[in-house]
Amino acid sequence: MAEPLSPPRLLPSGDSAITVEFSRTIDDAANRRVLALDRVIAAEPIAGITETVPTYRSLLVHYDPVQISFDAIGEQLLARAAKAPPTETGTRRWRIPVTYGGEHGIDLEDVAKALQTTPDQIVARHVAGDYRVAMIGFTPGWSYLSGLETFLHVPRRKDPRLLTPAGTISIGGIQTGVQCLAGPSGWHLLGRTPVRTYQLHRDPTFLLEPGDAITFTAVDAKTFAEQDRAADAGEFVAELVTP
Amino acid sequence: MSKLVVTSIGPASSVQDGGRPGSQRYGLVPSGAMDRLSLAAANTLVGNELLAAAVEIGPFGASFTARGGAVRVGLAGASRNADIGGRPVAFDSSATLAEGETLNLGFARGGSFSYLAIEHGIEGEPMFGSLAVNARAGLGSPYPRPLQSGDELKTQAASGIAECRIELPASNDAPIRIVFGPQDDEFADESKKLLTDSEWKISATSDRMGYRLEGPAIKHLDGHNIVSDGTVNGSIQVPGNGQPIVLMPDRGTSGGYPKIATVITADFGRFAQISAGRSFRFKAVTIAEAQAEAIKFHALLRSLPDRLRGIEDFGLNIEALRDANVAGQAVSAIDAVTWQVAVP
Repeated sequence: MAEPLSPPRLLPSGDSAITVEFSRTIDDAANRRVLALDRVIAAEPIAGITETVPTYRSLLVHYDPVQISFDAIGEQLLARAAKAPPTETGTRRWRIPVTYGGEHGIDLEDVAKALQTTPDQIVARHVAGDYRVAMIGFTPGWSYLSGLETFLHVPRRKDPRLLTPAGTISIGGIQTGVQCLAGPSGWHLLGRTPVRTYQLHRDPTFLLEPGDAITFTAVDAKTFAEQDRAADAGEFVAELVTP
Repeated sequence: MSKLVVTSIGPASSVQDGGRPGSQRYGLVPSGAMDRLSLAAANTLVGNELLAAAVEIGPFGASFTARGGAVRVGLAGASRNADIGGRPVAFDSSATLAEGETLNLGFARGGSFSYLAIEHGIEGEPMFGSLAVNARAGLGSPYPRPLQSGDELKTQAASGIAECRIELPASNDAPIRIVFGPQDDEFADESKKLLTDSEWKISATSDRMGYRLEGPAIKHLDGHNIVSDGTVNGSIQVPGNGQPIVLMPDRGTSGGYPKIATVITADFGRFAQISAGRSFRFKAVTIAEAQAEAIKFHALLRSLPDRLRGIEDFGLNIEALRDANVAGQAVSAIDAVTWQVAVP
């Protein structure tokens, strides 16, 4: 890595937050730089920062404009980004059960049609993927995964659905994701998992961390129902393959 | 133990406070009051912390009955016809319900949300440091959902200290100020101009998650798919149909539609109060101007305790009289005068 890293772009998100953007597309190197900058800020705090939110390609930094201006925080963030070493920490790998198609994944057939293939092929390709939690966002536990193969890239729906089920496994654009709670989504619904990535009164409340590795395994509807009950009682159901 | 029993309430009413920042990295949005200035004003009236939990009341009417003792409340935000057992009550002032008395609130006028703060606060179990309702995440206390009739808000008995009112800056209908970004480069200059030059309306399908705007379609330069990134209160995102959605306190912490601009902190509460169907405009300002306004806004919040006035002051009578007048319901100006303490 002799080539110097290009500095991130600083974009205003209103008067109390700044987006530090490393890339406009999903790329793992940019995502690692996001997480590295987040670690540097945790180690060397900037007065006025109230909260940081790592996402795929940028770090959203919430701050108090009474304490620090846009220009001043931008300068400090650039200095930290320049020295951020994109070192990796130990990667956890989870295996997450999914029931694909039918009532569990109402868009599977349409996605197969749009891609001129069969639902089984879509499932086989989705299960074969080696994914990484690039970010958690939107609603509690909604985990956005990088690593979706190009064949499965489908544009988001033009009109987002107002309600999609808890545990939905979906694809949207170049991303795939694990949705924890019922809620709106513009993505295509392939299946459902009984895993709760967010569950109150469970330790930990949030199961996944950005940077975790994920693979999916297809299970039938009966297994889903059994695991759903176990998960409701506080079990992870997701299998930790490597700690 | 005193309590306020919800005897009737409309949708979009919930317990809200300053929210629960700190877990947005796990997708947990802070929630909290739609209009912080009004929340803080209501709390100030009854001696609470500025952003303590209070009842955020949606556009429809509501009523509350004191049980187990007297309950002192502060009312601020969108004004309404209000009475306690037939005795008119003004907004931006405190009032006390004796045991068994009912506070009746009409429909919101000139806004969407009113705040009812309770002296000594609302008892509850904080989750992530807040009582604010986030129904989708199952959070909020004493009820993790919008309020329903029969719900009880426990508190301590009213102190019996003199009622007061609060002097707030006059409300205004100036354009809602925005700062362009973070993804304004996804839009042509004409599209950005369309945002600031057009008249907009809030769609009736709006809620605490987002306000959908009705107006001309804003076109993207390069499609509506971007890689999801972080959002803030006031992010103006533009989905594929070109109709902007302004993200509100129950927003998603990230979103995958380009965000053309952001409503400034100082104008966010005023924006949240715009009723469905009413027209408004946006005006672009620089980040430096927006930050100067944010600093003024924080100073205004901090100044609220200094803005309390005794209820017998002349100013209150004018306020109350105007309020009663605007109500246009049974209470004429003359009637209003008769219940005033001392008109000089």
